[in-house]
Parts: sequence; C-alpha cells; structure tokens
Amino acid sequence: MTLALVLGAGLALAVVFFVARPFLREPAPTSDVLDEPSELERRRLELVEERDRALAALKELEFDHRTGKVTDDDYREQVGPLRRSAAAALRALELRAEATHERIPSGR
Amino acid sequence: MAALGRAALLLSFGLVVYALVGGSIAAAKRRRRLALSAQNALLASFATTLVAAGVLWAALARHDFSFVYVAEHTNIQLPLGYRLSAFWGGQEGSLLLWLLVLSGYSALAVWLNRRTRELMAWVVPVLAGVATFFAFMLCFVSSPFGTAPAPADGAGMVPSLQNPYMLAHPPLLYLGYVGLTIPFAFAMGALLSRRTDERWIVATRRWTLSAWMFLGVGQLIGAHWAYVEIGWGGYYAWDPVENAALMPWLAATAFLHSVMIQEKRGMLKVWNMVLVSLAFLLSIFGTFLTRSGVINSIHSFSQSPIGGWFLGFIIICTVFAVGLIYLRLPLLRARTKLESLVSREATFLYNNLLLVALCLTILWGVMYPLLSQAVRGETRSVSKPYYDFFLHTFGLPLLLLMGIGPLVAWRRASLRALGKTFLIPLAAAIVTGGVLIGLGFDSSWPGLLAYTFSAFVAASIVFEFVRGTRATGSLFRLIGKNRRRYGGYIVHAAILLLAIGIAGSSAYQTVRERGLHVGQSLELAGTTLTYEGLQTRQTANAVETRAVVKATRGNSTVATLHPGKNLYPVTPLGPQTSNEVSIYHDPRNLGDLFLIADQIDRNGTLYLKALVKPLVNLIWAAGFLFLFGSLVAMWPDAVEQRRLAERYAAAPA
Repeated sequence: MTLALVLGAGLALAVVFFVARPFLREPAPTSDVLDEPSELERRRLELVEERDRALAALKELEFDHRTGKVTDDDYREQVGPLRRSAAAALRALELRAEATHERIPSGR
Repeated sequence: MAALGRAALLLSFGLVVYALVGGSIAAAKRRRRLALSAQNALLASFATTLVAAGVLWAALARHDFSFVYVAEHTNIQLPLGYRLSAFWGGQEGSLLLWLLVLSGYSALAVWLNRRTRELMAWVVPVLAGVATFFAFMLCFVSSPFGTAPAPADGAGMVPSLQNPYMLAHPPLLYLGYVGLTIPFAFAMGALLSRRTDERWIVATRRWTLSAWMFLGVGQLIGAHWAYVEIGWGGYYAWDPVENAALMPWLAATAFLHSVMIQEKRGMLKVWNMVLVSLAFLLSIFGTFLTRSGVINSIHSFSQSPIGGWFLGFIIICTVFAVGLIYLRLPLLRARTKLESLVSREATFLYNNLLLVALCLTILWGVMYPLLSQAVRGETRSVSKPYYDFFLHTFGLPLLLLMGIGPLVAWRRASLRALGKTFLIPLAAAIVTGGVLIGLGFDSSWPGLLAYTFSAFVAASIVFEFVRGTRATGSLFRLIGKNRRRYGGYIVHAAILLLAIGIAGSSAYQTVRERGLHVGQSLELAGTTLTYEGLQTRQTANAVETRAVVKATRGNSTVATLHPGKNLYPVTPLGPQTSNEVSIYHDPRNLGDLFLIADQIDRNGTLYLKALVKPLVNLIWAAGFLFLFGSLVAMWPDAVEQRRLAERYAAAPA
C-alpha cells in the first residue's frame, strides 16, 4: 500500500510538472496568442487546393486517356476546361504571391 | 497495487478533464500556453492509463485474486496467454482497453500534428471529451480495481473465450472502434475552428484507413472464431454484437470513398462530416451493445448497469455533431457540382447510398428489439431473413458497382468510352452466368448473381491493372505511383474473394445430420463419414471428449476427424460444455468438410451434423489480401508527403 502511494504520488508529480511545462518554460512570454490563419492565408490555402485539384484532374485525365478509358474526343473536350481552371488557380496564386512577396508551394 | 491502479485512473480522469476544459478555453480565447498545456495533459493521460493497464495485467499474470476482476474472470488453471487476454474478457477491462487505446491514439495524433497548433487547439478538447467519458466510467461506475478478500481460486473464463483468436479479435476491434474517434475529432476540430480547407482530411487519411483495416481484419478473425469455436457451422449469424462491428465499418467504407470526391472535386463536404460522425457514433454504439448486455448476444458476456451512461453519451455526441454541422453549413457549401450521372464520382455516390442504406437497415434490425420492448413492452427480434433480404438488395448492387466504378472516368464518360471499357468485363459476366446456369447453379439466384457479378468485377480489376501496366511500363511503377488507387483495387479483389466465399459457403452448402452408433456411416456429397468410437482426455482446465470419424471417398481415406465436446468444470457461469468442431480443408473445392458433434449420449451414440461448405476458405484468404491492399493504400508516398507539407507550410504553426 505504501509503495503504491509513493508510486502514485510520484506519477502525480511528474504529470503535473509535464502539464505545467509550457507555463514554467515561458513564465512571461512576449505573446501568448494562439496563431490562427488570416483571411488572406485561408484564401491562399483555398487557391492551392484548387490548383492541386485541377492539376490532379489533368493528370488523371491524361492517364485515363493513355489507358483508353477516355476516348480522344472526350479527352479533347475535357482537357481545355481543366487546363483553364488550373491556369486560373495558378494565376491567382502568382498575383497573390507577387503582392505579398511569398513563395508558391509546388503542386507536384 | 490496486490503489496504484485507482490512483492512475483518477489521474487520467483529472488530466482529460483538464484537457477538455483547459483546451476549450485555450481554443476559444486563443491562449497558446494553455493550449500546449492541454495537449501535454492528453499526452500524459496515456502514461497514467498505461500504468493502470500495467497494474491490471500484472494482477492477471500473478493470479492476484484480491482484485475482484481477476477473481471473476480467471482461475489458477488458466494458461498465461488467456489470463492476460482476460484484460478484455470483462466489461471493466474492456473499458480500460478503450481508454488505453484512445489515450495512445490521442497522444500519437497530438505528437504527429504538433506543428498544426491552430487545428489541434480544437481537436484536443474533442478527443479529451471522449476520453473523459471513459475515464469517468472507469473511476466511478465500473472500476477494474475493486478489491475483496482473495478466494482460493477464481471463477475462471467463459470457455468460448479460451481460444487463440480471442487473443487478437477484441483488441483489433477496439483498435478499429477507437481509431474512428481520431477522424471524428479532427472533423469536429475543423468545424469548431471554422476551417474550410482539407487539412483535417489530409491529417486523418491514414487514421481512417487503419481504423477501417483493423475493424475489417478484427471482424474476419471474429468470424473465424465463431466458425471454429461456437460450433453451429457458420461464421456470421447477424448477431447484434457482430452487426455492431459491421455498421461502423460500412459507414467508414462509405466515408473512405466519399472523401475522395471532396479531395478531387471539392464536393460532399457536409456528407463527409455526416459520415465521419456516423462512423464514430456507431463505434460507441458498438461498444455499448457489446458491453451493456442490453441485447441478448453470444458475444455480450455480461449484463451491466453501464447502458444508461452509454446511451446518454451517445445522445450528447449526436447532438454535438449534428448541431455543429448545422451551425457550420454555410462554410461547407460545395463550389462544384456533379457534372454527369455517368461518372466516377457518381458511382461513388451510388456506392455511398447503398452502403449507408445497408448500414441503416442493419441498425434498424439491431435496435428493433429495444424499440419494441420500449414501445410495446414485448421483445421482438429480427432474424436472418430480414438481414439476408437487405444484404441481397443492397450488397449485390454494391458488388456490381465495385466493377463499374473503375471503368468509368471522372467528371463524365461518353457511351463510346463506356462501350469500349465495359466490353470485356461484360462478356466475362455473361459467359460466367451462362456456364453456371448450365451447371445448375441457378438453384440459388443470389448465389448465381453474386458469381456473375464477381466475374464482371474480377475482369474489371484485371483489365484495370493490365491497361495501367501497359501505360506505365511496369506493374510496380503503376502501383508505386498510385498507391491509394491500386491499393484500393487490391482491397476490391479481397472483397470479391469474400463475396465468392460467402456465396459458395452459404448458397451452395450441403448439410446432413443423424444419430450414429459406432461403426455406422453417413453419406454426404460423395463422402462417407464412419463413426469409429470415442476418446476422452483430461487437460489442465477441461475434460475433452472426441468422436473419431473417418471420411472416405471410394476406397481412399480422406481424413480422420475428431468432433466433440469440452467440459469446463470451473467458469464464471458454473460448469460449461462447449462444442468442439472438426474441420477438413478440402483442396478440391477450396471449402471445408465441417463436423459438429451435436450430442454424445452416455451409451456412445453420436448425433453428428456434417456440412460441406464450398469455397469457404476464400473468406479467410480474403483477409490476407484485404490487409495487403490496405497497407499498400496507406503506405506513405514521399512525393505526396512533400507536396502536402509545402501546401500547409505557410499556415500558422
């Protein structure tokens, strides 16, 4: 029983220390605010996801065309709009990157 | 040491309550250090729960009967492996296993996503909320650390649990059930933090797949346990507890498909939130059914007072999930529409509707006895024909869709393209159907349809691999570059084997039964079974009686089988007798010759039930293929990982 109490108390002390660690390490931080994405950042993520979706759809269409699942006519009909939407997403990202001087994450 | 176990559980409870309350305040008020502290509390709760689990395992290993749980679920004769597995043999231990796996998963999820603080700030309180319920149950309602003066020996273990499959089946199911909490927590975290991007999907892709894989493998192991241990000649009886594991698996299967549409097309955001919540809620419901004993089942080993608590928790979770999804509906609007009803995404939608319909009809079947008791005061159960009807109604079209989906292009498919891709699979299906009718397989229409559709699906999968390999030049390159897609096709092949195995062993099985004296025979599907006598032996914890039955075909002996019974003098339910079946795996039909000693009279008369179950072994083979395909699908792709890391790199850390 005594051993159990000692072990239990030791465990309690260890977890209290671990839980309090962020406060012990930074007792008076310059900022204690949890970052959250700005509207601009949210929009950037949306554009990156749109671009990735369009590029993935293009890749998928190319592959389906090569395997014969998509006929030449269907391919010609679908590839244009997909390229345009990928280009639009890329252009929007570039414009945004130029305005904010940031790097565009790779889509490949 | 029970005091240490209790203390560790109280610490776990305190930690998860802190993570819930502190984490919620931190996320709502944007307090960084408090959010980190809440994360640490969740991490620490794993350590304290591990200590509690260690105390219980040590007590089980040491025959410490001063623990009521150890005394009620084991005895001195029980081998060490089964003693350790008694951890999940009872309700209190099962709840501790839930908390252990949940806190372990939560700690891993927190650690892996430690840079995604903004999303994790809300994920932590959701995970902690679920953990709080289980920690509360363990501390205040159903503790495994109750003590009493130690009896000389324990009550022993239920005989049907004394089976090697029971060492793996429950933990695997729990890994699956609990694993579904992680995608649910991330989905709710995304909604709470008003994130409309797909980060939560990216973060939980492998969690969902692994939970789904564990549930699938766990169920197959459970089915095999029922097959060899319960001794009725089947592997799935639509038992409520079996259904309880099937329902979240079906919901998770639907989610795994529909989430691909969100990733590829940005559609079905609300539907995905509903599915991930449904899968989680059904996993809690499954635990409730298994542990509460509220519905009679061969798997619910106890009656207990925890039902009300679980029901309350399920209601709270449902209200929370539905309310949050409703509040965030404006954020979940899709920007694209379904372009055509003949497209890959449309087949995924049909698949989703069928899976959810099957899941809900099973749920209705499971709940009907409870509802009829509550409304009419009489318990009416739903039996096999109900489930079989809906399995045929929804399952067969699902099987067919598994073959159609891969043949149809994304966005839209023209009739010309469809004609080209459907030609070979359709021809394979027509030829197979025709040949089977010629061979007399039309004795069962569901069986015939299952085989015909299976031919279609098999041809479609093979066709897909052949065309892909031709296009890329190598099968390994094809799979390596598209692991999710081709891993998925391997899983489809596993489901196909499963369907063929189920159809063969249920629609085309042969059964004979009769009483035999020594020297008498029984004829079954070209095999003669001759009863040659009885053997009895005493083992550590049972008296084993076996009939010796020789199986012959013509003049040659095929096998000597030993169906019988075990008498367990010490179990929690008093002396128990179990059926011990004997099986000959027949390579001719990939099936089994399955013998059950229904009754053995004192005068030595054997009432033998014999079954021939063609193709049944494909079901177990499907398990290995399912595991392999799942691992291929979830294996990390370095290029993809780099791309996703870059995508979210600029987000706040």
